[in-house]
Amino acid sequence: MNTPKELKYSKTHEWLKEEADGTVTVGITDYAQDKLGSLVFINLPSEGDEVTEDESFCDVESVKADSDVMSPVSGTVEEVNSELEAEPEKLNEDPYGSWIAKIKPSAPAEGLMDADEYEEFCSKEDE
Amino acid sequence: MGGYLSVNEADKKKMLSAIGVESEMDLYKDIPEDLLLGRKLNIPSGMSEQEVLGKLKKIAAKNKVYPTIFRGAGAYRHYIPSIVGEVTAKETFLTAYTPYQAEISQGVLQSIFEYQTMISELTGFPVSNASVYDGATAAAEAAAMCRDKKHVRTLVSAAAHPDVIRVMKTYAWAHGASIELVPTKDGVTDLDALSSMMDSTVGSVYIASPNYYGQIEDVSKAAEIVHASASKLIQGVNPIAAVLLKTPAESGADIAVGEGQPLGMPLSWGGPYLGFMAASDSMMRKLPGRIVGETTDGKGHRCFVLTLQAREQHIRREKASSNICSNEALCAMTAAVYLAAMGPDGMKEVAGQCTSKAHYFADRLASVGFKRTYPGEFFHEFVTDTPVPSSTVEIALDRADILSGLPLDDSHILWCATEVNTKDEMDRAAEILKEVTQR
Amino acid sequence: MKLLFEKSIKGTSGHYVAPSDVPEYRLDTSLLRGKEPVLPELSENDLSRHYTQLEKRSFGVNDGFYPLGSCTMKYNPKINEVTSHLEGFTDVHPLQPDDTVKGCEEVIDLTKQALCEITGMDDMTLTPAAGAHGEFTGMMLIRKYHEKRGDSARTKVIVPDSSHGTNPATGTMNGFTVVSIPSTPDGYVDLDALRAAVGPDTAGLMLTNPNTLGLFDRNIKEITEIIHGAGGLCYYDGANLNPVMGISRPGDMGFDCVHLNLHKSFSTPHGGGGPGAGAVGCKEFLKEYLPEDFSEAEEGAKAKMEAHPDSVGKVRSFHGNFLVVVRALTYILSLGNEGIPAAAVQSVMNANYFKVLLSKKYHCAEPGLCMHEFVISMEEEHKEKGVSALDIAKGLLDEGVHPPTIYFPLIVHEALMPEPTDTESAATIEDAAEKFLRVYDKAMADPEAAHSWPLTTVIGRPDEVAAARRPHLRWEPDGEEEFGE
Repeated sequence: MNTPKELKYSKTHEWLKEEADGTVTVGITDYAQDKLGSLVFINLPSEGDEVTEDESFCDVESVKADSDVMSPVSGTVEEVNSELEAEPEKLNEDPYGSWIAKIKPSAPAEGLMDADEYEEFCSKEDE
Repeated sequence: MGGYLSVNEADKKKMLSAIGVESEMDLYKDIPEDLLLGRKLNIPSGMSEQEVLGKLKKIAAKNKVYPTIFRGAGAYRHYIPSIVGEVTAKETFLTAYTPYQAEISQGVLQSIFEYQTMISELTGFPVSNASVYDGATAAAEAAAMCRDKKHVRTLVSAAAHPDVIRVMKTYAWAHGASIELVPTKDGVTDLDALSSMMDSTVGSVYIASPNYYGQIEDVSKAAEIVHASASKLIQGVNPIAAVLLKTPAESGADIAVGEGQPLGMPLSWGGPYLGFMAASDSMMRKLPGRIVGETTDGKGHRCFVLTLQAREQHIRREKASSNICSNEALCAMTAAVYLAAMGPDGMKEVAGQCTSKAHYFADRLASVGFKRTYPGEFFHEFVTDTPVPSSTVEIALDRADILSGLPLDDSHILWCATEVNTKDEMDRAAEILKEVTQR
Repeated sequence: MKLLFEKSIKGTSGHYVAPSDVPEYRLDTSLLRGKEPVLPELSENDLSRHYTQLEKRSFGVNDGFYPLGSCTMKYNPKINEVTSHLEGFTDVHPLQPDDTVKGCEEVIDLTKQALCEITGMDDMTLTPAAGAHGEFTGMMLIRKYHEKRGDSARTKVIVPDSSHGTNPATGTMNGFTVVSIPSTPDGYVDLDALRAAVGPDTAGLMLTNPNTLGLFDRNIKEITEIIHGAGGLCYYDGANLNPVMGISRPGDMGFDCVHLNLHKSFSTPHGGGGPGAGAVGCKEFLKEYLPEDFSEAEEGAKAKMEAHPDSVGKVRSFHGNFLVVVRALTYILSLGNEGIPAAAVQSVMNANYFKVLLSKKYHCAEPGLCMHEFVISMEEEHKEKGVSALDIAKGLLDEGVHPPTIYFPLIVHEALMPEPTDTESAATIEDAAEKFLRVYDKAMADPEAAHSWPLTTVIGRPDEVAAARRPHLRWEPDGEEEFGE
């Protein structure tokens, strides 16, 4: 499992990267894409959407499942990665390169894990 | 006693002993005693096949089968080539379940893919689903596709079929929404009124063309009005008229829906029929029901599967926007066989004859005092005034074993002619009406 | 195999319609479509062969054992097809005057009476076109009931976690919030969880009994009493009525309304996914809310509407899937009051016999007796050897058997759910059991090989991921490459 050190992680398997301009970039983790299996579609949020920490802000589909992606932070969606609509497989192939949205936080994110904590969290989930 | 069981007493004994129970009723030991019926059902004893057929023949004979029908209003008698019924009576097509096991269901899946292609061709849209229950539920499902928190209003032309309006109302009520009727003017949707009703909370507008009165609507203009508010236009379509008329896609509609019964399904007192739905690419993942897609197997052979299943109730559960599972697959196959048998020339012939005969009939009726109520062009249905009460017309034609047009009220009748109506029939009906008015 | 469109030979379509005998009338070109629709052109011979080829690439009840759980794939009697094709039924316009459709009305009345007696309900509508459509209708009755009483707080519908996927979706379609409650380890509704879930916001309960594990919930009376005690109503999903018809009635169990799948228990054919019919029955106090079974366009519709002011409205045009109802009535008349419970008993006996035979190798989710179906779990085999329920299903295809329902109910991992139905013989069940056991052994002996099953079908496992990523939903007239068999 790939877990880049510079990112933060949520218990619902999203990653978050704090950018220099104060926005955060959000995607799903390697662990998540592996569990979800081959993804066939992403239902992206719209730019300007207000999102709430720990609430669904978009969903991804595999052949046999539809899964919510939770926002790790509250704020406003500034930009979405619309490339994923045409190529959802990128979420599987390169989960950390395939960001879903850039969000301008209205409050700092809480309760996120660093890479080591997240790896430990995942190994417990697998038990 | 009639029945279809395949075990005899010896088998039963063997089976019960293998299971480890003494009697049949021991199998039901989980059912509390007071919930066992403990008596015979109060329905008749079983009958032999001979008796059942005799009884149902007697019941069927209580219905009147009209040799001549001038009534449409949502259900149309057309000529059905013999091959249509023969193909759809094939035991395997008749008895198969939904094609979830693609490896042994390529026949059913391919037939639906072919059907989807034909509906695409008729409507001009790239995406069709595998069918829904009927034209009215198709319209209701289409409205649901366009409804969300920001788009709560649904506008429906008052010139739509009354059952379509009623079913759309019912579905909307269940969704906690409502529909508003757009008034008519001269037998078509009043587009000025539509304009004034539009705002950004309108999810969709439903207009049928030809409409309930047979009139061809200005769908292109309606689309402009609807899109100005960033709403969606749903067009109700008659699939026979679709062969000739501007397609919903050409007119700028976003979704096309309709009643597929004219495509090879008998009248059958209203069902089973076929709801078809087609839409632009951007609406694809909102379509309800099953959809068949092309793919390949491990060896690279083309094959077909049920696809985009994550939209559906068995996966999305409470997040699904529709609960539909069973559709009208055999009716979809009926439509496909019908369209393939008729071919493009045959379909043009049928649609052309519908137009020509309805216009001939309208002229004949006008000549005996039944003038068209509305101006504007029509396809194969039209409304006339009647100089005598419409019930008098219905009774007079019934005596000649002709089912009249549908009385809309005491002084208006909705008539229909298709390729099965002959000049002689139309002339005869006109003669009878002439006598009635002169009495 | 080629598509109809790829077999098209220009100019070979048949001629079916008599030539026109009136002057041609042309619509103004401004009204006409720009391009003609592309439809296939085939001689009747080629067309007929096409569908015979497609038939050979399909699997019906006549092709072999079809133990698809919760779908009740019983034999579809031939007489049903004869009666439903009588001209007196097929050639009747849905808007004919009432006095010319007395036969249709009699079919409806007889069917309603019989189904009310079988379910213990007081009234019935036959207009819903399918099971899910019936569920939608039934839940509307419950919604209307609360609404008429001014009880707007009842927004929640309780659904057990073993329910059919349609149940939660139906709740949502009616604007209800769906509350899922767990099952006990032995597969029944958890009464404590149910008691904790109900309250003044409970609109009702949706329940299948026997449930999707094939178990009759012996606490059913208590369950419906808990719901009623909280002011909610109880909805019976009749998908699993087959094993109890004529034996035990939802009305006596405390249910207030039910839907029945006429294409399951009452032998009407499934048609590759429809048309079916979903009758909805209810107790006396709900009957004023039943949907209209007349057309709004028909004679006297206004008066009929005024006579039913509290109806939920209309769920389908005209009178529903009438010819499906004719088939169901034919079946009911054929079986009668002895045949219906006999079919129920046989469905249970067949399922238990099959369960005993399969238990030699397979692990059943619940021990002991079952009703008409049972659930096998491949969880252990999957953990140990990587053999999944899907592998077993695909292996069965090579044995000429239709696989059971798989991955359902969701509460059993790696589930296989067989329902042999009432019309199978002991010999067929024994033969099928042998095949199931053989597939099991083969899969456990060589799990890798099992992943590539089936081997003998016209195609191998399809690439469903590619199908969903780049949807290709219609044939395109140009640029199609040729595909071989």
